[in-house]
Amino acid sequence: MKENILNGAETILECLKREGVETLFGYPGGSAIPLFDALYDSNIKVVLSRHEQGATHMADGYARQTGKVGVVLVTSGPGATNTITGIYTAMMDSVPLVVLTAQTITSNLGKDAFQECDTSGMTFTTVKHSYLVKDPNDLPRIMKEAFHIAQTGRPGPVLIDLPKDVLAGPCTAPFTDEMDLPGYKVPTYAKESDIDEAAKIIQNSKKPLLLVGHGAMISGASRQVKELAEKINAPVTSTLLGLGTFPANHPLSLGMLGMHGTVFANKAIVEADLIFSIGSRFDDRITGKVEEFGQNAKIIHIDIDAAEKNKILKPDVFLHGDVKLVLEQLLPKVSSLKTEAWNKTIDTWKKRFPLSYPRQGGLRMQHVIRTLSEITQGKAILTVDVGQHQMWTAQFFDANYPRQLHNSGGAGTMGFGFPSSIGAAIGNTTGWPVFSIVGDGGFQMTMSELSTAAIHKLPIKILVLDNKYLGMVRQWQDMFYDKRYSSVDLEGNPNFVKLAEAYGIPGLRARRNADVAKVLQKAIDYNDGPILVHFECEKEDNVFPMIPAGASITSIITETPKVKLEKPTGST
Amino acid sequence: MTNTTEKSHSISLKVANKPGVLVRIALVFSRRGYNIDSLVVSPTLDSRFSRMNIVARGNPKILGQIIIQLEKLVDIVHAKDRTDMSVVEKELALIKVKCSTEERTEVLQLCDHFKAITVDMGENYITLQITGNSDKIDAMRSLLEKFEIIEYIRTGKVIMLRGEDQT
Ligand SMILES: Cc1ncc(C[n+]2csc(CCOP(=O)(O)OP(=O)(O)O)c2C)c(N)n1
Repeated sequence: MKENILNGAETILECLKREGVETLFGYPGGSAIPLFDALYDSNIKVVLSRHEQGATHMADGYARQTGKVGVVLVTSGPGATNTITGIYTAMMDSVPLVVLTAQTITSNLGKDAFQECDTSGMTFTTVKHSYLVKDPNDLPRIMKEAFHIAQTGRPGPVLIDLPKDVLAGPCTAPFTDEMDLPGYKVPTYAKESDIDEAAKIIQNSKKPLLLVGHGAMISGASRQVKELAEKINAPVTSTLLGLGTFPANHPLSLGMLGMHGTVFANKAIVEADLIFSIGSRFDDRITGKVEEFGQNAKIIHIDIDAAEKNKILKPDVFLHGDVKLVLEQLLPKVSSLKTEAWNKTIDTWKKRFPLSYPRQGGLRMQHVIRTLSEITQGKAILTVDVGQHQMWTAQFFDANYPRQLHNSGGAGTMGFGFPSSIGAAIGNTTGWPVFSIVGDGGFQMTMSELSTAAIHKLPIKILVLDNKYLGMVRQWQDMFYDKRYSSVDLEGNPNFVKLAEAYGIPGLRARRNADVAKVLQKAIDYNDGPILVHFECEKEDNVFPMIPAGASITSIITETPKVKLEKPTGST
Repeated sequence: MTNTTEKSHSISLKVANKPGVLVRIALVFSRRGYNIDSLVVSPTLDSRFSRMNIVARGNPKILGQIIIQLEKLVDIVHAKDRTDMSVVEKELALIKVKCSTEERTEVLQLCDHFKAITVDMGENYITLQITGNSDKIDAMRSLLEKFEIIEYIRTGKVIMLRGEDQT
């Protein structure tokens, strides 16, 4: 350091400290060396991943767990491109990240220099915002803005591309709280007139249904959602990412709705006279055939993102604002509703169409998840990969707390489940164990992070639910494509127990339903870092209920159909 | 596919004058496979901002969504559909027409009628400059088609709200 003038890299670390960043997730390379050099003297902890996608999912898991911004640091070129899946995953689920990508020197930009890539150009459509920094003196302001943008309003990833000369050059600009964001607004309260209109609609409803989404969790509105549900006596259903915001064990809870949601939640959506979406965006996984969704219902929609208004369907009232603040505005304006008959009808559906799974046959993923829910009494953090095991986790794990169940929802990114558990474990302050629930397919996409988990001795229980297939795709081929199993057989899977052992991680195995509780307990009791349990599951089990993509909710399938089904018209 | 009978929309934007803004805007259109028909960008009196006018054709509902997705971009101050509003709209076109000395009088008469001016002339050609709204320029162009049009270029639409308010 020359006479206390910081270089760009040191300036960035000082900004990170001022933002309260304690940990970052990254992977070095030539252009990023100035930053890693500055980190050598810093007390910011660096978690070195084994792949930049892993680092990005780790930061994502950290952010989902803590509600704080996850920070990623990678080098230029392939280092940066390897983060794109992770950035997209965070974008689709509104997760706050700041992604620092190093870049070739400014004078090389546009010249196909070694490891030059137009990182900001490649990521424009999958970030909330991004910067290409040309002058180290801009760094204090840009860092301030990046953290502000990432975590306010509808959160999302912000990318900062940092040429090496900017990292190495002197920054004489003072640290600042000032930002230059004339086009950026952070919504808070909804319009009072809209609140009044919503209250009127609620007051006239006989069959209300609350639909809780990720927005409610992000806004920290669990208490307000519960207060509203109890005040107006309304049943509550959740999107995949909303699960836990309203407790699963509450009598008014209907669990998840949509493609693999409960029958009673989906029936309630069809029968309700009011659908009140609280921070959910009517994803196609929820609505099925949009034209038939909520046809008999009034619709109220709270969203912090104005661009969600009318995007999928036109609500009767759109409440533009932060869920928590909007619910606080609304609560004093509504009073108890006479919904006894409605709740009774729903109770009969709950009894008639409970979630269930066959008890006979081989080891069932459903049984693993149900047992996990019971023996942890729901006091666990779960990060989940994508596929059948994910849907069964959503169905059979009772999430009673916000930020305990982490899923890649919007993107459905295989490979998310394991690295995100590393970030979640680092950010976890609950004292509960962290479980990484992964399929044999998705785990193999990012399992190189086993060393990362081992080095940091993170208390992660990796549950590999192995059906030796890309199960969810096989299910579609089974149901809609005449069982023509094409490229879904995962022959060649490694011996997962030995694999773990190769990383110094103990491995356990279970093959029978009867062994599940015992082996889970063993994993929970282990307290010297990560442990892996390999569950060898039934190979050809299908997830029900199921609404084929693009079909109306009323065409819900509850058990293996006897007849051949039409190919779904909706996407994936 | 963009249906040619779909109505043309004039969108005006006020944006932060920063690199990358134009790409971000263009991507909101291209993501849905929409075309931008014309585009004008210019700095405002305050150099921190630029104004843009975009003309695009398409389904009004989808264009409405494109506009709110534009407003969501961090660097965009506002984006508004000005299609049926009370605005002053102008375009400028340059048209180079092949014409012999005998045809020249007729071309110049047309020119006069449309208040166009000649900006270049030679033995066998004449280059005209016309300003006005889209219909006027279309009309002049189609009348000139009986001569051979060598080249034709047209700016996008510049738009300003009528009255005292800023666009
Ligand atoms: C990166 C990525 N590639 C492909 C897919 C498509 N896909 C969705 S689920 C699935 C199968 C997952 O198999 P596995 O991890 O074994 O879990 P299972 O469904 O068997 O529980 C696939 C291939 C995806 N979601 N993500």
